[in-house]
Parts: sequence; structure tokens; C-alpha cells
Amino acid sequence: MNLKLKALKKSLWVYHLSAGSCNNCDIEILDLLTPRFDVERFGIILAASPRHADVLLCTGIVNKKCVERIKEVYEQTPKPCVVVAIGACACSGGIFRDGYQMAGPLNKIIPVDVYIPGCPPKPESIIAGIVKFLRELK
Amino acid sequence: MAENKKVIVPIGPYHPLLEEPEYFQLYCDGEEVVDVEWIAGYNHRGIEKLSESKHWEQVTFLVERICGICSTSHPIAYCNAVEDLSGIEIPERAKYIRNVIGELERLHSHLLWVGLAGHFLGYNTVFMWAWKYREPILDMFEMITGNRNHYAMLRIGGVRRDIEDEDIPVLKKTLSEVKDKIKMLTEAVLDDPVLGARLKGVGVLKKQDIKNYGAVGPIARASGVDIDVRKDDPYAAYNLVEWKVITTENGDVFDKAVVRLLESFESIKIIEQSLDAIYHKKGEIWKEVRNIPEGEGIGHHEAPRGEVFHYVRSDGNTTSPVRHKIRAPSYVNIPTFKASCIGQTISDVCIILAGVDPCYCCTERVAVYDKDKKKKVYSFDQLVKKSIEKTERIKKEIGKEGKLWKKLL
Amino acid sequence: MIERIKEKLGDKIKEIKFHNEKRIYITVDKKDLKEVVNIIFNQLGARYQIVSGIENFDNFELLYHFSFDKENGIVVSFRTFLDKEKPEIESLTSIIPGISYIEREIWELLGINFIGHPNLKHFLLREDWQENLYPLRKGVKKDGRE
Repeated sequence: MNLKLKALKKSLWVYHLSAGSCNNCDIEILDLLTPRFDVERFGIILAASPRHADVLLCTGIVNKKCVERIKEVYEQTPKPCVVVAIGACACSGGIFRDGYQMAGPLNKIIPVDVYIPGCPPKPESIIAGIVKFLRELK
Repeated sequence: MAENKKVIVPIGPYHPLLEEPEYFQLYCDGEEVVDVEWIAGYNHRGIEKLSESKHWEQVTFLVERICGICSTSHPIAYCNAVEDLSGIEIPERAKYIRNVIGELERLHSHLLWVGLAGHFLGYNTVFMWAWKYREPILDMFEMITGNRNHYAMLRIGGVRRDIEDEDIPVLKKTLSEVKDKIKMLTEAVLDDPVLGARLKGVGVLKKQDIKNYGAVGPIARASGVDIDVRKDDPYAAYNLVEWKVITTENGDVFDKAVVRLLESFESIKIIEQSLDAIYHKKGEIWKEVRNIPEGEGIGHHEAPRGEVFHYVRSDGNTTSPVRHKIRAPSYVNIPTFKASCIGQTISDVCIILAGVDPCYCCTERVAVYDKDKKKKVYSFDQLVKKSIEKTERIKKEIGKEGKLWKKLL
Repeated sequence: MIERIKEKLGDKIKEIKFHNEKRIYITVDKKDLKEVVNIIFNQLGARYQIVSGIENFDNFELLYHFSFDKENGIVVSFRTFLDKEKPEIESLTSIIPGISYIEREIWELLGINFIGHPNLKHFLLREDWQENLYPLRKGVKKDGRE
């Protein structure tokens, strides 16, 4: 394991990116920060800017209007950067798959490392997904 | 539009603590905001078009996914519209269950707003509290429907699942615990002199503004306009239970908070009565609906943010709607910024924007970052920071002189 | 209430349809619409709800929904028809400021021109969206292709 990855695994700074979602996954992400789930005990905190982020948590279908913005945010993050697609929309397009505003799913736009499906995924499964990924990361 | 020499402050890069990104351009003269422009569309998913290709039953799931916070409001309004179209009267038990789901949602949504508003003011304690007390409500949802959000409870002609008799005492117990917590939170928020200093007299909306923009929900009720679809055009079982519409007179952000907090207690009242009404009683929960006849229907529902409006049209032959128009409450509430933000300082705009409880997913639009390099850029974070600084400043002033304390108490 | 509407509007009403006692659809002529809305909104105190645009086989249809909350919560919808070839109608922004966004949306998604609208530009779709491609028209597939 190289030094960069080792440092990354210690304390994850996440940046939350909503790309045309229905808001539900976003709220479950916020829920993670509040007392019941409290991911700060694992050293996970929300970063205010993508330039400080280790992890991008992406939700939503990626619609045609925000494609460039998503790419731009991804370019701004320091590499290595873990991209997590949260929810059915980010993973596959979900119920909006056939719509005229659909430009995604996310892995068409930027490389995705972790997929957490569900509509919305429960906070427990978001934690489980990230923990599983960190174990596999070498 | 404002002249070129004004400084343009874009609000709305992707921002970590607002659930969705959005974009407002503030035209500023010094600290004062002179004009606001709303740029939208980043969350547009073409739901109205997709709805025309889905079966009537499938559309309930589609409209549920318009928004995650008001995820049962849209199905209720849609079912109201289809039931209006075909003249279906739903069974009484289904009516009460719709009440329970609709009001539980209002409860969790209002708590969510109080939390976010606290965060924008730099009061993270309020944020953590409110969201902590919101969790038992989501547990109740999980108990009734099987999911924390996106409940899939509604269907045309009734509801999809029943509330079991053995669950009802547990639900009522949880509800009374939540009630105590909300009471504590309400008292803490309303008595806090700092919150009072930050919110009173900020972002005032007059009755005429409400009329001009067609604003609905707690925004309108905080300005003394007592519109509430549940009372004015009763559907489900809202006319079978006892409750009242909360209104206040001032129309500032503080009053919007008051309305939301007091409404939570009315919601609890409605839920308790509805649960009592179905306890130990048997009954149908849905009615078979075979064909949707030709015609058009309008349905509305008082969502946590205001009136959700659905218009459907059927040609009687196809299995999907010919046209389905959706209007979310934020669509008419957001433009009121034009009336409430102008003349305010930049640091207050943050909480005024939040005061409306904007829901951009509902409105099918959201915005991101502006790349124009000439403009002076404040990110939303900096704006939140500015807002927090002001709270700190007021705290200090209160501490030193004690004059503000007396004024407020 | 409905009597008062009838009395105020007089012969501007071309057709009136009661779906039930709370849902009323009134057809008015395109050129009378502005005056009708002015009477309804300013004199009778209706609450503006929204505008729905619909494409029919041989024309376009606009429905202006208004609600009388304190009058038993009735919803009155004013229906007006536009040409298929060149759909245009006068903008109502001077009467109802809040109507501006929905007019922009209908212009963008359905291709109906609002004469006199102060700010008719793209709102939901990209700035470089293909010209003359209106996603809500029936000829356009759900994925946005013609």
C-alpha cells in the first residue's frame, strides 16, 4: 500500500455532490452526521470544498445540465479520490433512466469505485459499503 | 435587472450541508441586496414527460420520487387527482391511514427544516437535536411501511398496506415521546434571545407579496394568510378529525419557524385521533379501480411546504395519462425571494433563503457554480460563515450591554 | 361564487363545465384571457395556482388554474385554445408577478410564445438545447429524440 492510500484511509473527508437526485439519498447522507449514526466517530467528516475531499459521494441521475459541473468538481479533487455512487439513480438511472434529461448514469461521466444501491440506501448500508471498500483497498 | 456596476454574488456551488445545490445570483450594492435572480434546471428530470409513458399505477411510484422529503405528498395529490377524475370515493380506513402518513411526514419535514435553519445560523446544537428527534419518526415509518423514506403507501383507490392493531400502541407511545422532545425544542428555540435577534424582522413577506406570487403553506400562514388545503378543500380524513390552522402575523423568518413548530403539535393531534379511529376496527383499505374514464382531474394536498397541485388528463383508451402537470409548493414559494431578500444584508439572505424551506427537487430544478471569472465570488460556505459571524457578533453585543436582552424578554 | 364569476365575466364565457361542485372549467377566448384573469385575480381575489400547457391533436391548450380557498375551496380553471401552427398568447406577468417562471417553462418545454414576457430564456434546459425541440410535445419521444 502506498503512502497516499494509507493517509487516505485514516480519516475520510467526504464531499457530497447532488447531480439531479430526488433529495432522499442526500438527506440520508446528512443523517449519517447526526447523533444516531454519527460517522464522525470514524473520522469521516464533510469537507466544505472538493479540493479537500478524499471521497465524492454522488447521488442522482446526472442530468444534461450538470454534466460539465460534475466533471469539473471531479477534476478539482486531489487524487487518489474515491467516487461513491449512492442510490439507484447514480448506479443505473433508476426510474428516470429513459428521460430526456438523462446524461448518466454516473459511471458514464466519471470513474466510479463503489456502488451503493437502494432507493434510498439506508444509512447503515452506506456505512457498510464504505467500510467494506476500505477493507478491500490495498 | 440590476446595473453592471453592482457586485454579483452567486449563491450556490455544490454545498455540503444543503441537501441540494441551487443557484441564486444576488446583485449587491455594498452589503445590501438590490436584486435576486434564480437560475434553475440542474435537477430537472423530465418527470411530466416520463409520466405520460407509464401506467396509472406506476405513476404513483414515479411521483413519489419527485422529492425525498415530501415523498408521500405527491402521491396523495396524484391519487386525489385521479380519484377526482373518475369520481372514486375511498374507504374510510384508507382515509385515516392517509392522514397518518401525511402528518408523520409533515412532522419529520418540519424538524428537518428547524435543524437546517439552526445550522445556517451557526447553531449546530439545534441541528443535531432536531435531527436526533427526527429519527424516531423515521422508525415509525419503517414500522408502518417498511422503508424510512419512499413509503409506497398510496395507490389509486386507497392505500397499499394496513396499519396493524398491535403496532398502534407502540406508535402512540413513540409519538408521545417525540411530542415531549419537540416541546422542549420549541421552548428552547423560541426563548433563545440570539435566535430572536437574528430572525425577527428579517425577510418580511407582506400579504400582498403572498398574493402576487401565489405563495402557499407555512410561508403564507406566517404572513397571516390562513390558506390550508386540508381545511379549505378537505380530502382524506382531515374533516373527520379535530385540529386548527396555525397563523401568525409578522411574516418574518422567526414567524415561519413558529408556524412550523406549532404545526407539528397539530400534526401529532391528527395522528393520535386517526390512530384511535382505526384501532380495533376492520375495514377495506382500498377499492379496485379497473379503468380510468376519459376526463380531467385536479388534486391537491397540503405538503409540509405548502400546496402540491396535480392535474391529470385521460383519454379513456390508453393506460397512461395523456398529460400530467405537477406543481410543487417551492415553485411558487421560491420566487418570493424577490420580495423578501431585496434591501436585506448579505448575511441575512442565507437564512431568508432557508426560511422558505426550498425544495429544489420538487421544483425539478437546481443549480451549480458560475465560472465567470470577473465576478466576485462568495461560495455558499463563505456565506454561511458570514451568517455565523453575525450570530457571534449579536451574542457578544447581548453579553456586553444587556440592552438587547431586555428588549427581547 | 360561481354566480358572481358568471355575472362579472358575462359573455366572455364561451363554455362552462362542472366536473363536480368543486372543479369548474371555463373556456374563454384567447383575446379575452388577460381581462378575465385581471377580474378573477384582482377583483374576486382568487389565488393563482399554476398554468398547464397541453398539446392536442389540432391545437394547443392552456389551463389557468385559480383557487377560491375561502369559498369552499373550489378550483376554477380557465381554458383557452391556441393555433397549432403559431402558438402565442399575451404574457400575464404584468398582472401576476409570480406567473413569470411557469410561462418561461411552458415556452421552453412546449414552444408556446408569450408576447410581452420580460425574460423569455432557457430556465430548466441547457442554454445550448437544440432549437425547436420541445420535449413535452407529443412528437418528441420520452428520451428527447424526435
